[in-house]
Amino acid sequence: MKFLIATLLSSALISPVFFAPAAVASEPLRWGADIESGAPYSYKSTDDPNKIIGFEADIVEALAHELGMEAQFVQNKWEGLIEGLKRKDYDIVVNGLEITPDRAQEVDFSQPYYLTSETLAVRRSTDGITQLENLRGRRVGTLEASLAQRILQALTYPVEIVPYSEEVHAYGDLALGRVDAVLLDEPIALYYAKPNPELKLVGAPIGHLEYGIAMRKGEVFNRKLDEALGKLKRNGTLRAILERWNLWNPMTADAWGMDPIRRSAPVAYEKYLQTAWKKNSWTEKWDLYISFLPLLARGAFMTLQISMFSMALAMVVGLLTALVRLYGPRPTAWLAMAFVEVWRGTPLLIQLFLIFYGLPHLGIRLDPFTAAVLGLGLNYSACEAENYRAGILSIPKSQMEASQALGMSWGQSLKHIILPQAIRVVIPPVTNDFIALLKDSSLVSVISMVELTTIYGQLASAHFDYLGIGLLTAAIYFLIGLPFVRLSRYFESQLDTSILKPRANGWGPVPEALRGMFTWR
Amino acid sequence: MVVKVQDVKKKFHGGAVVDGISIEVEEGDLVALIGPSGCGKSTLLRCINGLETLDSGSVQVFQNTLKSPKEIGQKEFQKRAQAVRQQVGMVFQSFNLFPHLSVLENIMKSPRVVRGVSAAQAEKEAEEVLHKVGLSEKADHYPSQLSGGQQQRAAIARALAMSPKVLLYDEPTSALDPTLVNEVLRVMKQLDQEGMTQIVVTHEMRFARDVADRIVFIEGGHIVEMGPPQQIFGNPQNERTRAFLGNFL
Repeated sequence: MKFLIATLLSSALISPVFFAPAAVASEPLRWGADIESGAPYSYKSTDDPNKIIGFEADIVEALAHELGMEAQFVQNKWEGLIEGLKRKDYDIVVNGLEITPDRAQEVDFSQPYYLTSETLAVRRSTDGITQLENLRGRRVGTLEASLAQRILQALTYPVEIVPYSEEVHAYGDLALGRVDAVLLDEPIALYYAKPNPELKLVGAPIGHLEYGIAMRKGEVFNRKLDEALGKLKRNGTLRAILERWNLWNPMTADAWGMDPIRRSAPVAYEKYLQTAWKKNSWTEKWDLYISFLPLLARGAFMTLQISMFSMALAMVVGLLTALVRLYGPRPTAWLAMAFVEVWRGTPLLIQLFLIFYGLPHLGIRLDPFTAAVLGLGLNYSACEAENYRAGILSIPKSQMEASQALGMSWGQSLKHIILPQAIRVVIPPVTNDFIALLKDSSLVSVISMVELTTIYGQLASAHFDYLGIGLLTAAIYFLIGLPFVRLSRYFESQLDTSILKPRANGWGPVPEALRGMFTWR
Repeated sequence: MVVKVQDVKKKFHGGAVVDGISIEVEEGDLVALIGPSGCGKSTLLRCINGLETLDSGSVQVFQNTLKSPKEIGQKEFQKRAQAVRQQVGMVFQSFNLFPHLSVLENIMKSPRVVRGVSAAQAEKEAEEVLHKVGLSEKADHYPSQLSGGQQQRAAIARALAMSPKVLLYDEPTSALDPTLVNEVLRVMKQLDQEGMTQIVVTHEMRFARDVADRIVFIEGGHIVEMGPPQQIFGNPQNERTRAFLGNFL
């Protein structure tokens, strides 16, 4: 008995639940999705940008309730959803994931929570396109890696396929005449093409696809979740959710042995039409942008944090690499060179994927922030190493001779004479790299970091406003970088020896703490 | 004896530049090394403070003896060279002041770093040597703001701040405008009068004749003739010495 109590106590102490806020008494149901994929799946509410809504968000909420758990959303890019699941960043993926044999080898799928098909959209003025056969020789837009794309690829006659990463852009280009038709999942067509007065949906449903909940292979929990889903299906909860979002269709009704006629009003769909498709006046837009600022500021802060940590890492590793490459013994100098060439010569995106999704296969599991800083920092350290090397090489050899002739050791000469001069040379290229890093940091959204560009994508897709929100976001990037550009100019002017400086402080009024960074006294 | 060079040989890319030279320098001497360009006189000078390694022979400066790294090991050579440089200052043709530091900081740097002298003490000593070379009012200027002659005097002051026993000069006036040469030579003459031991590679024959205690004429890596100025300039024993000096007179 004593043993039992001790075990219970210790397990309570080490269990994460113990440390969680008191309000979360139940276990979390962590679900992964990319809310940039937008309505009707999961997207930021236009009323409250901190809230996530959509028919899938509703289904997860109902599931959590059924299981006595607390739904906990985890953002990740669509491309990384399955890998994130394997990394145990979340326990299920609910994001319009179609059940395919390929995916079923990677993950376990629940029974389908929705059945649907592909739908053709054309311009209102277009006649003569109502079925796949009419697409011969036409330009047809679709989403990358979707069933629609596979259907188009399987056609025996020539069709020019134009793959998009965002449905909004596919339908936008259709309206502009850049493509002749768009083939996409019915829910997408219903939410992005049907409300657009310039477009129309044509023809009968094409193909058949089933959305399922993806879970890590072989977990005991999977069965429990599937049973809960089955219960929600039978007791009409799922049907009510689908009706609310105007998604109840004959295909699903048929599969579940239910009546295809809707029983309740599609309130969520109507709300969506009223808000997302509303033409905002300029003052309304202005108010909207103001309301985005706290969210964008949070993203900007994350971007800044990642960038500064990465740059600090890049500068330290870069300097060490440059020194080893210039002055180290042959084998280590060669290694330093190889390090630079490999990190500089491979794409940052792939490096991030390898660090975040690849390393866990070797038993190294980094949290997103560490992985982001490590990826960006190491990638940029290769550039910084070359900057420093160039800076050091630009200092004449005679400077080293002069300081050694004065009795300084090689190391003292490097520290007190060569590096301070080299740093002056490398300030402009290093600043340049920092600004580049600031912008490249948007790539870390692929490893589930929510930073400025992620927030931009989510807001823009929820509001169909790529222009205004895009300009706003670009302006924020520009403003974040500006102080650093000014600071580097300031240092450059302070280090300029062509002007006379006040006595006993050759550096002018540089704050004492900053001076230390550059003088090594 | 302060500096004793014994049968020093040094090759670059297979060709001998210094091919067996021996010189002894007494305390307070000013020895002028003269000879045509490429004769090996600058290389010999750089062998004395270990900026160049020797292939064979030895250089003894007080109690420290530099030998070929092949003989004593690279590490030991660097260690001894650093010990030699504590007592031997050097002045370069192109001054080699530190452009990122003011004149005062140029002078203070080495005492601060190598000897760990306090900032106040280093500044006091720097002002003294600056006064000696007549540059007190330029203490806060940067090297790029000085004339060539002023830069070279600052470089001498920088070397003096380490209180060397011997000063080496590698063509100290060759990069200077002719009108600025004298201000540098004047400083060297003054140091000679104060008893400083100096070894000077130079093309200033008048200076060598008037100030040097001994002239060493080098050609092709060998000493051709060595002796007091009266002998070398007044009555050269060797045909080649005569031919070389003929260019100047």
